[in-house]
Amino acid sequence: MTASSGHGHEHAAKAATAGSHAEGQQHPIRIYLVVWFWLFVLSACSYFVDYIHLEGLLRWSLILIFMVLKAGLIVAVFMHMMWERPALSWAILLPPVAVLVFVAIMVIESDYTALTRTVFFSGGG
Amino acid sequence: MADTAHTASNRPSGLKGIAADWSADQRAFKSASWGKSMMWIFLLSDTFIFGCFLLSYMTARMSTTVPWPNASEVFGLHVGGVSVPLLLIAIMTFVLISSSGTMAMAVNAAYRRDKKWTVILILFTALMGATFVGMQAFEWSKLISEGVRPWGNPWGAAQFGSTFFMITGFHGTHVTIGVIFLLIVARKVWRGEYDRGDKGFFTSRPGDYEHVEIMGLYWHFVDLVWVFIFAFFYLW
Repeated sequence: MTASSGHGHEHAAKAATAGSHAEGQQHPIRIYLVVWFWLFVLSACSYFVDYIHLEGLLRWSLILIFMVLKAGLIVAVFMHMMWERPALSWAILLPPVAVLVFVAIMVIESDYTALTRTVFFSGGG
Repeated sequence: MADTAHTASNRPSGLKGIAADWSADQRAFKSASWGKSMMWIFLLSDTFIFGCFLLSYMTARMSTTVPWPNASEVFGLHVGGVSVPLLLIAIMTFVLISSSGTMAMAVNAAYRRDKKWTVILILFTALMGATFVGMQAFEWSKLISEGVRPWGNPWGAAQFGSTFFMITGFHGTHVTIGVIFLLIVARKVWRGEYDRGDKGFFTSRPGDYEHVEIMGLYWHFVDLVWVFIFAFFYLW
């Protein structure tokens, strides 16, 4: 490995993605500013969900929507995932789905725990 | 290692590309260097760590029969006699998002070989990261002075304290480590180590401006985790 190989890689990256945009992971500053702006707006929106005391299903769905949009923008643009080859993005983005399965399991489990606790504390069981 | 990247230009795309890349000899990630790939794999493992923290928080909160403290009031601040809910948390969120923005610009400047702006933007990022940790220290001291402990608090379920200290503590540690590494990367850029390809002190790999992007991946991840903590712990 010499110092020049690093530049060689960069040249390769440039060549690999030529066409859709000019260089490897160098993109117009404009897209960063636009994403930055939207992250601010979405954060303000999720803050106002709390500020104006929305409750129930509306509150939870809005929180989740703003959260997913923010996370998506950060991963796709700031972390350049939308410009990577699918071999990488799928390898990284697919495994966290397992956490969602875990969530589903633990929702059932904690419902059961809460039920048994309620029964126990009310003198039953 | 670098040569295989040349083949990325004429490789198939989409699902066919995944199959082709993964069944190829030598390396699966044709467009990403080893450094970047390994950072992504580290971040994936970190995703599981924070995922499990938030998951255990959910389990504790769903299974307790004692009411959960109202985060909106617990983390509220009194400004000029008016109680503003979640004020400090909102400011922390905007500081961290701003630092993510400056980091993205720093990566951009690094690939333009604009040393001066790379250093300035990384230092701004580190400054905002340090500000974030400072505000978190303020928040912790405030809650501790109000009687919040890992085993109990004045407002409700005891698990509130333990999950709060564990989740925000781990996140704060990540931010602190990030600030330290940002300063190291800024120093390397400033000294021109990435221009000359000097070997790093830890990995002894030759320096390259791509290291700024890899550092950026870590920093954006810290911001990403905060998005989830903000939604689930503070807003839910």
